[in-house]
Amino acid sequence: MTLRLDRAQLESLRHHGEADYPREACGLIGGVLQGDRKDAIILVPVVNAQRDGQRRYLIEPESFRRAQVKLDRDGLDVVGVYHSHPDHPARPSAYDLAQAWPWVSYVIVGVTRGAARDVRSWILADDRASFVEELLEWQSPS
Amino acid sequence: MAVTVLIPSPLRPFVGGEPALQVEGDSVAQILERLTAEHAALRPHLFADDGRLRSFVNVYVNDRDIRRLAQRETPVRAGDTVSIVPSVAGGTAVADTLPGLSHEEILRYSRHLILPDVGVEGQRTLKAARVLLVGAGGLGSPAALYLAAAGVGTLGLVDFDVVDRTNLQRQILHGTSQIGRPKLESARARLLDVNPHVCVETFETRLTSANALDILKNFDVVIDGSDNFPTRYLVNDACVLLRKPNVYGSIFRFEGQASVFAMPEGPCYRCLYAEPPPPGLVPSCAEGGVLGVLPGIVGSIQALETIKLVLRRGEPLIGRLLLFDALRLQFRELTIEKDADCPVCGPRPTVTALIDYEAFCGVGAEPAPGGPEITAPELKAEWARSPSLVVLDVREPHEYAIARIPGTRLIPLGVLPGRLGELDPHADIITHCHHGVRSLKALEILRAAGFPRVRSLRGGIEAWAVEVDATVPRY
Repeated sequence: MTLRLDRAQLESLRHHGEADYPREACGLIGGVLQGDRKDAIILVPVVNAQRDGQRRYLIEPESFRRAQVKLDRDGLDVVGVYHSHPDHPARPSAYDLAQAWPWVSYVIVGVTRGAARDVRSWILADDRASFVEELLEWQSPS
Repeated sequence: MAVTVLIPSPLRPFVGGEPALQVEGDSVAQILERLTAEHAALRPHLFADDGRLRSFVNVYVNDRDIRRLAQRETPVRAGDTVSIVPSVAGGTAVADTLPGLSHEEILRYSRHLILPDVGVEGQRTLKAARVLLVGAGGLGSPAALYLAAAGVGTLGLVDFDVVDRTNLQRQILHGTSQIGRPKLESARARLLDVNPHVCVETFETRLTSANALDILKNFDVVIDGSDNFPTRYLVNDACVLLRKPNVYGSIFRFEGQASVFAMPEGPCYRCLYAEPPPPGLVPSCAEGGVLGVLPGIVGSIQALETIKLVLRRGEPLIGRLLLFDALRLQFRELTIEKDADCPVCGPRPTVTALIDYEAFCGVGAEPAPGGPEITAPELKAEWARSPSLVVLDVREPHEYAIARIPGTRLIPLGVLPGRLGELDPHADIITHCHHGVRSLKALEILRAAGFPRVRSLRGGIEAWAVEVDATVPRY
C-alpha cells in the first residue's frame, strides 16, 4: 500500500507534533482509496485523551465516531491515524502494535526536543504480529 | 429481527467495503457471532485469543456503550443500530516498560491477579503508578495503607507535622510508640512493613504555591487529604494546571465527602465551591471534633478511586459528589457540572498560575483578637491572693465535661453576649478556653460592653494542665 499526502498536509502533521510536544499529538486522516493507494484529503486533529500524554495517545471512541460520521457524509474513509513520538523515533512500539487496527495507515512523526524529524507510515500485517512500513508519497498540491 | 451494524473504516475491507450491514439477532453477542461467522477475517481484529472483545473495540447499541449496559448480553431489537467504534491508542513503548513482578510479588498480589479487571497487566500498571498523598493524617492514613498493600509502586507523602497523642484516635498510620516523631518517618516505617516493594518518597514541608507544581508534577494521581481550605484550593488548581486527577475527600464530625476532580471531562473543586467559606465559619477537626472511623471510610474511598483511575476500570467519581452520613449510614450522590465560567478549568481561565491561597481564603485577613493576657502560673498566684477573682470558662459544655479548672464559671462564648447581666462589671475577670483564642474573643466582647478589668488566660486550660495542675486532663 501507499499513502499519499500533499506537502501542506505533511507540514501540518509535523506542526501538530511540534505544537503538542512534549505530549503526543494525534489525529485521523480522511481520504479515498485509489486502487492500491490511499489519498489523504483531510486531516482531523483529535484531542489526545490520554492523561499521561507524554508517552501515549488515545483517540476516544466518541471522537472516532464523530469523525467517521462526518467523513462518511463527505464520501471519505478514515484511511489513516497519525500520532507523534516525542523524543522517540518514528517507528511503532509494541504498545502501538497491541492496539492496532487493520488496513488504516499509522503515520508517526518523530519529534526530537520540540522539532519534527522523520515522518513514516506503517500498516498492520495480516497476522497482527508486526507492522510493515508502507510507502509515503508527498506532492505539492496541484 | 434485523439490526443495522455500522462498520468503521478499518474493518470495511473485511465486509466487502460496506459501511453498514443488516444482521439478525437478539443480543449483541449473537450479532457479533453471526457477523464474524459470515466474515471470518473480522474475528481476530475484534476478539483476542481468549475470546474476549479486544479492549480497543467499543460496541454501542444506539448511542450507549454496552459496557454501561449488559455487556455482550445487551439485548437488541429490530431497528436498533449496533456500532463498532474504534478507540485508537498507542504511543512510545509503554507496555514494554511496565515493571515485572517477582515470585514474591505474584504470591502477594494473587487475589488481584485472578481478578479479571486487574490481572498481571493491571498489577504491573499499579506497580508503575506514582500516587501523591497530601497529608499523612486522618484521610491519608487509610489511603496510604491500602495503596501500599495494593502494590502501588511509588507513594509520595507531603506532611510536616509530628505524631501527637490526639492523632491516634483516627490516624492509623501512626502508633503510640511514634508519638513525637515526624509523621513522615512513622508513615514510611509502617508502609514499608505493610509492603517492602513500595517506594515511599517523602516531602517534609507545607505544600505551598512555591513548591506545589514541582512536587505534584512527578506523580500520576494526587490524593487531597488536607484539612484546610487554602491547601484544598492549592491542590485543586495545581492539579488542573498539571492535568492530574485530584482525588478529593473531606470529613467533619459525622459527615464525609469524596469526589474526583480536575479530569478533563469533569468539574474541578472550584466548579463545586467557587469561593471559600468565610474564615472561621467551618470548624476544623481540632475545633469541631471528628468520629475516628469516618476518615477510615472516606480515605478508603479515595484509595479505591485512585486504583480505578490507575487501572482505568469502572466508573470513577467524576462529576459526582459523594456525601456520607455516618449517623444515618447513608450515602448520597450529587451531580456536579463543569462550570463554564470556572476561573481555572473553564475555557477562558483567569487563574493560569498558582496564587496566594491564604489570602484567597481570607486567612489572616481578619485582625486576630488581642488584649491583656495572664499566664497560668501568674493566674495561680493571683487567684491564691484574691479568691474573689472571677475565672470565666467560655468553652462549650461538652468540653467542660471533659476537663475543668475548679472554681470557674461556665458561660460559652456563643451565649456570652446575652448573659452579660450575670457578671459584675467591677470584678477582676479572667477569661479562659481550650487554647486561648476564644477567651480573647470573649475579652473583646466584655470590654466592648464596659467591663474594664478583664484579662485572658494565655494557652487556655491546656497551659493550666501542663504548667499548674497535672490532675486536669488534656484533650
